[in-house]
This record gives sequence, C-alpha cells and structure tokens, in this order.
Amino acid sequence: MLKKFILAGALAALALLTAASIPAQAQEKPLLNASYDVARELFAAINPRFVADWKAKTGQDLKIDQSFAGTSRQAQDIIQGKKVDTVTFNQATDINVLAQRGLIRADWQKAFPNNASPYYSTIAFLVRKGNPKHIKNWDDLVRDDVKLVFPNPKTSGNARYTYLGAWLYANEKFKGDDAQTKQFVGKFLHNVVNFPTGGRGATVAFAQNGQGDVLLTFESEVMGIAKGDEFKAGGFEVVVPPVSVLAEFPVAVVDKVVDEKGTRKVATAYLNYEYSREIQLLLTTYYFRVNHPDLAKVMADRYAKARLIEPTKVLGPWDKIEQTHFASGGVLDQLLAVRK
Amino acid sequence: MIPSFFRRTPVLPGFGASFGLSVLFISLVTLLPLSGLLLYVSNMTWAQYWLAISDARVVESYKITLLGALYSTIAVTFIGFLLAWIISRYDFPGRRLIDALVDLPFALPTAVAGITLSALFIPTGWLGQWFEPLGIKISYAFPGMVIAMMFTSLPFIVRPVQPVLEDLESEIEEAALMLGAHKWQIFWRVLLPALAPALITGASQAFIRSLGEFGAVIMIAGNIPFETEITSLMIFIRMQEFNYPAAAAIASVVLAASLILLFLLQLLQNRFLNKL
Repeated sequence: MLKKFILAGALAALALLTAASIPAQAQEKPLLNASYDVARELFAAINPRFVADWKAKTGQDLKIDQSFAGTSRQAQDIIQGKKVDTVTFNQATDINVLAQRGLIRADWQKAFPNNASPYYSTIAFLVRKGNPKHIKNWDDLVRDDVKLVFPNPKTSGNARYTYLGAWLYANEKFKGDDAQTKQFVGKFLHNVVNFPTGGRGATVAFAQNGQGDVLLTFESEVMGIAKGDEFKAGGFEVVVPPVSVLAEFPVAVVDKVVDEKGTRKVATAYLNYEYSREIQLLLTTYYFRVNHPDLAKVMADRYAKARLIEPTKVLGPWDKIEQTHFASGGVLDQLLAVRK
Repeated sequence: MIPSFFRRTPVLPGFGASFGLSVLFISLVTLLPLSGLLLYVSNMTWAQYWLAISDARVVESYKITLLGALYSTIAVTFIGFLLAWIISRYDFPGRRLIDALVDLPFALPTAVAGITLSALFIPTGWLGQWFEPLGIKISYAFPGMVIAMMFTSLPFIVRPVQPVLEDLESEIEEAALMLGAHKWQIFWRVLLPALAPALITGASQAFIRSLGEFGAVIMIAGNIPFETEITSLMIFIRMQEFNYPAAAAIASVVLAASLILLFLLQLLQNRFLNKL
C-alpha cells in the first residue's frame, strides 16, 4: 500500500517537473519587472494579461519574472548589477537614484504619459470603527489625544508621502511660514506611537495589535484594508482629507539593461500596456486613481473628492526634496531629534 | 618562513585537504564580506567616519542596544541556567520536549518571532493584558525589545551549560555533603566554579547575539528615534539613504565592540581555568 503511494507521489512529482519545464523551454527572453513591496496581487493580475496580449499581437511567448521589495532595496540591487528590465515603483526618488547613476535616461518622466505614472493615489487615514476621535483632517492628527501609526519615512516610500502630506498641508495653512510648518510637522511626528520598517508592519500594528487611532498610508491601501476580507471584522473607516498629497506610481525602462538584453521593445510595450483601458479599469479595482478619460465616472463614484498637491510644484524637484527633507541630518531628522 | 607545524607530516590523514577547504570557506563567507565593509570605511576620512558614528541618534541607539542586551542577558542567563539545570538533573515526563523546544529560536525566523511576541504583549494580547493594569507597556516599547532579545538568545545559554552540568558527577556533590557543606555552599563553592566558564561563554554569546539582532527586535520595538531605535536599524536606515559608507562605519563600531568583548571574555575565561 505504502509502496504504491510513494510510487504515485514520485510519478506526480515527475509529471509536475516535466510540466514546469515545458514552458521554460518555450520562453525566449524573460522580462524582469521590479516593483514595490505591496504590489504582489496587482502584478499577479497584470502580468498574465500582458503575456496573453503580447502573444496575440506578436505570436511570441513571453515570460515575466516579477520581483517585489522596498523600492530602495530594488534600486540598490539594480545598481549592484541585477538585470531588471522595467521598474514599477511607488515613488520617483528611487528611479532618480538610478537615473543619476546612468542606468536610466535623465528625462525618464517624459518617456510615458502623466509624468510616467500610469496610476496614482494619495495619503488617506484609516480610523477605528465609528471614528471615535472624530478625525477629519490633518489638523486632527496633531491633537494631544490622537496617536498615529505609519512606517519609518526613511525605510518606506509611502511614509515619505505621509510626511510630505503633513508638510504640504501645513505649508498651505501657514502660508509658507517655515517655522510654523516645522512645528506642525514636528508635533505630527511626535504623535507617532510606532515606526515599523514597512507598510505591512504598520497595518498589523494598527489593525491587528490595536496600536494608535489613525493609520496613514496610500488611499489604495487604506481602502483595501477597510474593504478586504482580512480586516473586515474590525469595521475600520476610511477618511480622505480634503487636501492631500499627490502620490504618483512612476514606471521606467532600465535603459542600460534593455539595451544589453535587447528587450527594449517588449519592455516599452509592457509599460505602455499599463495605460490601456483594460488595465486602468483593473487598477481601480485595487483602489488606485487613474487618468483614462473613459473612466472618469468610475473614478467619481469610487473616490472621495480631494485636492491633491503635487510635491514637486511646491518644494522643487525630487532630488531637492530628498536632500532637504530625507537625507541624513535633513529636516525629518532634525524634527525627530527634538525630544518630546 | 613556513612555521614548522606545516612541514611536519601529521599523524591523521587528510589534513591538507580539510585545512585548505576550511580556510577557503572562512575566507569566502566571513573574511571577504568583512573586507568589503572595511573597504567602504577606508574610503572615508577620519572626520567623515567620526561624523557617521557620533551622530546623536546613532549614539543613542548604541545606548539603547547595549542596555537592552545587558538586561536581556542578565535575565536569560538566569532562566537559561534553570532550564539547563532541570533538563540535565531531573528526569521528568516531557523533558525531551523541553530540551527540543530550547532550540526553537534557532529554527524560527526571528522576524516571525518578533511579530508573534508583539501580538502576545499588546495591551489586549494574551500576556499583555496582565501588564496593562500595572501600566507597563511591553509591545512597541523598550521591554518588548528586551523580550525579543531574550527569545533569540536563550539557546546560547542553555546549550553550553547543559553538557557541563551533565558531566558533573553527583559523587562530587555527595562528597561535599559528606564533608559537611550546606546546600548553598555546595552550589556556590562546588558547582558554580565548575559551571562558570560555560556560563560566561553562554552569556557572552547571548549578549553579542542581542547586539546584532535585527528581525525580531524591529518588529516589536516600535522604532521610535531616541527611545527604541537599535543600532542595526540605524545601519539599515543609512543603507536606505544610499549612504553605504555611514552604514559600514556604524557596522564597524558594532563589530569592534563585539570583538573587544569576545577578547575580554577569552581573558576572563583563561583566568578561571587557571584558577581551577
């Protein structure tokens, strides 16, 4: 009996191995796309669609390898020689890092529509059931009785936007007064009870472990947590502040790698495909905001109205923002260094 | 000049091959990455190096890490000793299970341990609820950090102490008893001196492990600057800033501290051995 069982198991394993190796032979040149950490489900949905689309248009079989990690980590890997064809990140800074090192053309933001950002989001708040602390806007987040959770801005892209959201709001409120803005953002930072290193850690701390009154992250994440099955029982509510920050999700072809591998055409097509109506509609089911003209009504139904400020319009280009705010000893470090 | 050792033909066969392989392995896996670290540091000027390692937040992280490791080592040495004692001195049902459980921290990814511990010690958690009325915050605070360090360093105490305890024959204790020693005297003057080298080895390994622990600690510590930010996290943050030299500089401090500590312990141990 056992013998039969083992034999059957071995045969099944063999069959699986053969099955796995057939498409491996058929593929010509796998495309490697590097994404931010929490993009798993999204790209698991996009990639097979593109593979089918590419097959229909060119008759070629394509395999897409997908890598997920914090985008700074991804950029480090690419600098150190990982052969990534395309990057789909959640912030421009880490693409600029690659551009500065000559791996990507300097004007990469002009290579694709909308600042090379097929979709965008903003920073929204997730609050506890019934919004017991009546949180409506950024002003509520600096109150003494409100505790916040978001990841460390040094190690997480979405937390940089959270920081910038608070900064841009305060900057408008105080009409550009630097001292008052700093005071506001300093208070905001000191209301944080927990700085996990990544978005997932922050979600667990807030939704599962009951830390803080507000979780700040991308609207797409916030809506996903509130509406997804995992935390549905918590009854969390989404609050989109009337003014927030525009968070673009930029894409780029890694020029140096695609020229070396000869994959420029397919890499470009892959990124352009993200602008197609099909994928743009798909993106809205992941609670991202999109610009496709056909989908304006879907957008209006799904998302709260908010005025989104573009960080680069107010604070200058990304490398300047990076230098002033996020570099070692920058404004963020200075504000955190002020003891409570 | 080749030392005379290498010119003699050893009695046991296979020395050449096994020595060569070991040295190759150590060079590739330990020394090469280390020299990479030093390479980054060597490109810095002394002023840059000092700036990187003396940043106020980094200095605070040294203090936090050292203090956390110290508390955890003291606690875990005590608990680990008790564990080793019951495992090797008594035969009770479940002894083998406990013996196996001691190694769990080796097997479990430390980040998983950190997440699990943080869920246990939140104010509404299974264990945290008992501390909440006392006003003690464990998860996402300093005590949580210490607990995570204790978890990951426990086997380092138990494993070196256990064989020594097993080797100490009960005849020695019986002889002491016959010669009129009290129970506590037997413990202090007969057992402890024999155990001290193993305990010191264990404690030092536990301490060094705690200094370098990353995964478990960052999941539970809360990572608030100047309060619960450990040195490994500062290294990680510098890497995220693409400031590799600064990251390497801070890492070199941790490394130097660990090496000095190991060296001191070696000295201390030799003294103990000489006394015996």
